[in-house]
Amino acid sequence: MFGFFETGFLFFYWGNALMLLIGGALIYLGVSKKMEPLLLVPIGFGILLINLPLGGLMDYELQVTNTSGAPARVISIEVDKTTRIGESDIILQLDSGEVLAPIHGRLKEVVVSPGQVIEPGEVVAVMITNAQTDQAELPTKPVGLLSRVFAYGIMWQIIPPLIFLCLGALTDFGPMIANPKTLLLGAAAQFGVYFAFFAALATNLFMVEGFTIAEAASIGIIGGAEGPTTIYVTSILAPHIIGATAVACYTYMALVPIIQPPIIKLLTTKKERAIYMKPQLREVSNREKILFPVFSAIIVILFVPMSAPLIGCFMLGNLFMTCGVTDRLSKTAQTAFIDILTIFITLCIGATMSAGNFLLPKTLMVLFLGVVAFGTATGAGVLMAKLMNLLSKEKINPMIGAAGVSAVPMAARVVQVMGQKANPRNFLLMHAMGPNVAGAIGAAIAGGVFLGMVG
Amino acid sequence: MAQEIVEVPLTGKIVSVNVKPGDTVKEGDVLCLLESMKMENPILAPVDGTVTQVEIEVEQVVKPGERIAVIEY
Repeated sequence: MFGFFETGFLFFYWGNALMLLIGGALIYLGVSKKMEPLLLVPIGFGILLINLPLGGLMDYELQVTNTSGAPARVISIEVDKTTRIGESDIILQLDSGEVLAPIHGRLKEVVVSPGQVIEPGEVVAVMITNAQTDQAELPTKPVGLLSRVFAYGIMWQIIPPLIFLCLGALTDFGPMIANPKTLLLGAAAQFGVYFAFFAALATNLFMVEGFTIAEAASIGIIGGAEGPTTIYVTSILAPHIIGATAVACYTYMALVPIIQPPIIKLLTTKKERAIYMKPQLREVSNREKILFPVFSAIIVILFVPMSAPLIGCFMLGNLFMTCGVTDRLSKTAQTAFIDILTIFITLCIGATMSAGNFLLPKTLMVLFLGVVAFGTATGAGVLMAKLMNLLSKEKINPMIGAAGVSAVPMAARVVQVMGQKANPRNFLLMHAMGPNVAGAIGAAIAGGVFLGMVG
Repeated sequence: MAQEIVEVPLTGKIVSVNVKPGDTVKEGDVLCLLESMKMENPILAPVDGTVTQVEIEVEQVVKPGERIAVIEY
């Protein structure tokens, strides 16, 4: 019989309502304000879908076992299918203690009955949760549409590298090859990644439960300003905070035009911002453009093997574009393929943001540290450019260092707009694209370094 | 009178031309919009003055160094 217990209202609470507002706000920003609509609209809708209880799109099954370490008799069952279960809530009373819920969720079934003796490690109940768990500690089985896509697409680390392949096919390394000095600016901006990493670790000094080293690495990589890199690293190191890191990364990328200008202005004088750079870079030959991805892949992967999935795909995509004989592959990667992958990844990111997963004090800390990462990356890039000016005769406009944070091409565009404002003769876009794409490579390398160190 | 020649900074397509010969412009006014690298980039007047020549038109594909406009000041 259909009744109240079959509707989502039973499990709907204020947290879901708040998340619906957040999802709605993202859709509004995408549709009305045209802020990164290709990302914010599906992420926002994913949030809506996951916060309508019992929809089941992001459900995982989790077996609850007798963790008491000894045989025990079941006294009573404390939950039923209508109970919203919080982490550490009591599921069973045993004669020698209790069986607690290892994660939040709801009950699917209890497979024991009062009076029964259960062995240590024996399955006593099956729970449904939408939390991302550490599979080594709490293995789950995806049973929903999006949890399956998430598990086999993202947690198996398939979709983020493939997005990198598509980004490679959309990236012109010409400005960087024409002016290899800009590699230094892309590298300098990675300082933000390491700063945020140590800042996240420092939370242990004042928080009872600060961030672990794996969580700190996942937070630091937000400063790389590359969505797929952030998702890739977090999916391996700290899957339970993937919603927060991914949303922080994509949101701050959209907010680059607001975050970066005050930092750039703080660190530069008006005179420095007006430094003129000749618009024309040297012509880069086709041969250089073909050899660059091949040799970059070989060198980077030899030095940082863990970056192979990202850098390998990135450079392959770039080779598709530059070699001149794989136009069909390049065109597919630039259009339909990246669109399909974007639908999967954005919907899944939104779907990780259920109220139970997202409305936690740690999430706010992740969002805060994410903006710290972006800010310090911007500052480090600008300061490196100023240092290069001290050591070199040919002056560069220090603002192009800010484009080293990656966030292609938004950061380069910010530099272009600020450069023209300071000096209408300036056209810094191509100069900023060098550090911008160098930053994308730098972020993937930083991710590989973390995976090598922590993973 | 001195002349300022405004040149195309990077390869792209002209999306709009916002001035015509005889127009008076101020430093920072938009002369045209250049679409390049999937972005629309305004090309600004570098000085206050009068536009004497406009050598581009909408939809034209342009290369670096080609002339956009001449401004007398």
